[in-house]
Amino acid sequence: MAKLTYIKAITDGLDVVLGEDPKTLIFGEDVGKNGGVFRTTEGLQDKYGEDRVFDTPLAESGILGLSIGLAATGWRPIPEIQFMGFTFEAVDSLGGQMSRNRFRFSGKRAMPITVRTPFGGGTHTAEMHADNLENYFVGTPGLRVVTPANPYDAKGMIISAVENNDPVLFMENLKLYRSMKDEIPEGKYTVPLDTAKVVREGTDITLVAYSAEVNESLKAADALAKDNISAEVIDLRSLSPIDTDTIFKSVEKTHKVVVVQEAQKMAGVGAQVTAEIAENAIMNLDAPIGRVAAPDSVYPWAQVENDWLPNADDIEEKAREILNY
Amino acid sequence: MAKKTGQVIDFASIKATMSDPYKKTFQIVDKDAKIVNQELFDTFSDDQLVDFMKKMVWERTLHEQTMNFSRQGRLGFYAPTFGEEASEMGSVSAFKDQDFLFPAYRDLPQLIQHGASVTQGFLWSKGNAVGDDYGEQRNWFPQIIIGAQYVEAAGAALGIKKNGEKDAVSFVYTGDGGTSQGDFYEGVNFASSFQAPAVFMVQNNGWAISVPRYKQTAAETLAQKAVASGVPSIQVDGMDVLAVYIATQEAREFAAAGNGPVLVETLTYRYGAHSSAGDDPSRYRTKEEEKPWFDADPLIRMRKILGDKGLWSQDEEDKLVEEYKDSFKASMKEAENTPTQSVVDMLKTTFEEPTPQIKADIARFEAKESK
Repeated sequence: MAKLTYIKAITDGLDVVLGEDPKTLIFGEDVGKNGGVFRTTEGLQDKYGEDRVFDTPLAESGILGLSIGLAATGWRPIPEIQFMGFTFEAVDSLGGQMSRNRFRFSGKRAMPITVRTPFGGGTHTAEMHADNLENYFVGTPGLRVVTPANPYDAKGMIISAVENNDPVLFMENLKLYRSMKDEIPEGKYTVPLDTAKVVREGTDITLVAYSAEVNESLKAADALAKDNISAEVIDLRSLSPIDTDTIFKSVEKTHKVVVVQEAQKMAGVGAQVTAEIAENAIMNLDAPIGRVAAPDSVYPWAQVENDWLPNADDIEEKAREILNY
Repeated sequence: MAKKTGQVIDFASIKATMSDPYKKTFQIVDKDAKIVNQELFDTFSDDQLVDFMKKMVWERTLHEQTMNFSRQGRLGFYAPTFGEEASEMGSVSAFKDQDFLFPAYRDLPQLIQHGASVTQGFLWSKGNAVGDDYGEQRNWFPQIIIGAQYVEAAGAALGIKKNGEKDAVSFVYTGDGGTSQGDFYEGVNFASSFQAPAVFMVQNNGWAISVPRYKQTAAETLAQKAVASGVPSIQVDGMDVLAVYIATQEAREFAAAGNGPVLVETLTYRYGAHSSAGDDPSRYRTKEEEKPWFDADPLIRMRKILGDKGLWSQDEEDKLVEEYKDSFKASMKEAENTPTQSVVDMLKTTFEEPTPQIKADIARFEAKESK
């Protein structure tokens, strides 16, 4: 066991899969000698060689197209898209190609590709470096979209993602990279790709969140606890598919729910969770479903970023509103 | 004295001459069936010459039969290949089994020559994904997003290199329109960066639906698009099956030997419509434009060459056409007797392990389909 940051936990997980399966390949912009602009792949080229961990030309569609051709010839690619905003350049590879290939080959050929990409706000990056673009991708049949909210899950989920035989969009939160540490077991362990996790048990209200907003929700739960309000916090972990059973079970107990996301409100993950609850569990509710999300503007530039991002205060306020309904 | 703008660097002459190396169109037999490169022509045996002709007759018959099937409503989307027989059969004849093929939608004939069955081609057109079950064959599905196959082929070429395969390449086709896609450039450049064994085929048939070749780019050839990535290329008479074969074979050898990718542009012509789905070329081009291309027909020149050698007769060709027609009709029957795909089949092949939501959909559609 060692105390590792979120980013080092991912590096550790990548080390495990590279060591275990000689068909795994890591590639992308700056991932080789430089170890990635955030150092997520630091040391891996030295350890596994330039054949396994290598830099590519600067073109995102090329990187993901390359992944598809490599998968077609028996490899298990782990490409990195340097920032999630750059996935706009590779939408066809994700939505038009790799996610449809299992169907196209009538189930006979697999695309075991894990696309890693950092996202998420609050670190005052340049434009297009922080966007929460999951809302674009969760509606893509054949593509799993996952995002760990802590270092332990980050390592276990990256290993599961690489071992999965379908394409996985693995979203890594920029703000969490170095702000959290967990005790991380050495070697291999896995965390399932498709289950949510109750990260704090409670009885009065359910807060459903993912990624950095899990921490904000936990802070909100702390604040509510001071008034003897018991909030249950669920970390979705998988954004597609969504583990609705865990949510329904919680709502059956608390009868109140707030759905939290850092992304803009329009459509997407929070809207889907809200709709699932409305469709399948509404009789267990005794108040409307609350939602906390970013406003429907473009992702802000650095100066207004912190005002724009949903935080613990917003979650606490919405929870109180629902509790007092 | 101040420098006068426009007098130091002669962009005008650079522009005027930059395409020159790519305009020497490679040819063995010209449109009048005159052998313009006797030395290369003599490298072909009689059997080989007859084989090329048979393949082109096969492709033309396949084209005619699919158009009949389309009119009868027995096929779905299908891209006519009329006019492109030399380009397609000449190039695919240079393939080896271990080569990967990334076709676009107009490349079903090559897919079939590389191992897929005619029935599979028909099933693909009819909208049944069973048609794309190629087993162990190194075939890929006919790409619709023309350009995507270029980056994927670069990946397969890199995979082949990493596998340590010594005599295999990744073949990929697109058309003149496809060379305008960003993925075209990314694919060529990625393969070049990795010096991976890819052979990029550009079948320049003059038209991207209704948009003529000259509107795609001001570059005088499409072959020259490769040079900026450090990739050698050649323009070939795409109506000359022997020239296409030799150029493709040479490209393959060069790439397979570890020298990096190559690009081959074949100059051909789409005699017919873009697809079987209602495109009407008379809306955007004239009979006068079409005529010289019909005169340059690849079958006419091979017919004459073989006829002069006593290797071919119209009777034999007619017999062959009937044989091929019968086999295509049998393949269509087989395709029609193949069970229709169901929504449940689709749901089951979305993920390896169906998600809970998909399991619910499967149950719903199983109930519906069993009614």
